[in-house]
Amino acid sequence: MNVWQFISQNHAEVLDLTLEHVWLVGVSTLLAVLIGIPLGILITRWPALNKPILGSANVIQTIPSLALFGFLLPAPWIGARADRLAILALTLYALLPLIRNTYAGIKGVDPAVVEAGRGMGLTDQQLLLQVELPLALGVIIAGIRVATVISVGLATIAAAIGAGGLGEYIFRGLAMVNNSVILAGAIPAAAMALLADVGLGWLERRLSPR
Amino acid sequence: MKTDPAESAIRFRQVSYRVENGDGILRELNLEVHRGETLVLLGRSGSGKTTTLKLINRLLAPSGGEIFVDGRPVEEWDVIRLRRMIGYVIQEVGLFPHFTVERNIALVPRIEEWPAARTQARVQELLQLVGLDPQFAKRYPCELSGGQRQRVGVARALAADPSFLLMDEPFGALDPLTRAELQQEFLNLQNRLRKTVVFVTHDLREALLLGTRIALMEAGRLVTIQTKHEFLGSDDPLVVAYRKAFDTNFDAQGGRG
Repeated sequence: MNVWQFISQNHAEVLDLTLEHVWLVGVSTLLAVLIGIPLGILITRWPALNKPILGSANVIQTIPSLALFGFLLPAPWIGARADRLAILALTLYALLPLIRNTYAGIKGVDPAVVEAGRGMGLTDQQLLLQVELPLALGVIIAGIRVATVISVGLATIAAAIGAGGLGEYIFRGLAMVNNSVILAGAIPAAAMALLADVGLGWLERRLSPR
Repeated sequence: MKTDPAESAIRFRQVSYRVENGDGILRELNLEVHRGETLVLLGRSGSGKTTTLKLINRLLAPSGGEIFVDGRPVEEWDVIRLRRMIGYVIQEVGLFPHFTVERNIALVPRIEEWPAARTQARVQELLQLVGLDPQFAKRYPCELSGGQRQRVGVARALAADPSFLLMDEPFGALDPLTRAELQQEFLNLQNRLRKTVVFVTHDLREALLLGTRIALMEAGRLVTIQTKHEFLGSDDPLVVAYRKAFDTNFDAQGGRG
């Protein structure tokens, strides 16, 4: 049985696992956006926090994903359900590109523009919301794009702790030594990553300032 | 405690500015800017001109001494209010690239919440004032030439009708013809508006053309402050050196401008 036959015979399950995968990636990316962008803004305002925050995010990135899932297992509430655990881990991984790109995007705004804005009497908040964030938006979305694509791939590993998603097929296929089953997980995941990349790439170009 | 500082529009008293663990950039600067005049700060790079300018709108804070604007020490002003009554024009212009010309000019009126109709009318008025066709309103900064950008920069600085204007080498990056055009328009504008202008340049010709008085700075100190007539006749060695550097026969022309 080839992979397409497998998918068509199990289309309901493929759809379920795909939706689970989208859920894991979507929620974790959203959380990372909600945490990462404010942190990125924070370190442009308080340079002293720059090293500790970017450093921590960097260290998290270096932890192998299986190990991170394992570390988080004993955590209360989080550890009680596999999907919570997976979402937390994916969120942590997505933080670095978000913090870094938000920081770089704001720092990359032409200093003359910032000076003019300040000199004209914009408050710090007005400068941030009307000038710096709009001008950094393209770079920030590039960060979201990187985070999402990485997350789609990482989320397949979440199946190892029973969080579901397309990784189910990959692990099942590995255990069964059946390439069709592996591909039934890998192909939709790859398609999802490509789709996210193209879609967010389009958004990035649309929202980048002239 | 002070002897009526209200006489002058801007006044520096014994102002110094130092960077951390560095040399003094400004040393005991005393300076007065009269209401309605164009005071040119002339000097070479690193002489402290720009620093002096940024101390006025508090983009920098002095290490010592006092600065008065409208007779009031700058640190007593609400810094946002202070900056909104002082137009600021810089060489790099610093237009907001994501805003149209119209929104760039209307920035301060908008945050001051002027009624839309008034803002709209003001933008049109300003475009005309700086010699730009009304159709430029809808364009983006990247679609403008250097000279047009700086015109928009000037219009933006004038938007809320500030009584002060700080200009940091505004025409320094322009080609000679465009520069001459903008200098001429600045003169026309200033004839009508009579703002209190502090204008930074290292170009003696520009200083003589635009300035009511010229303050010559060197290594963080004020060397001399003179009207342009006095400046042309001065035998201060640095003034002489400056005239020489710009070679030409300013001396022969005497009362040019």
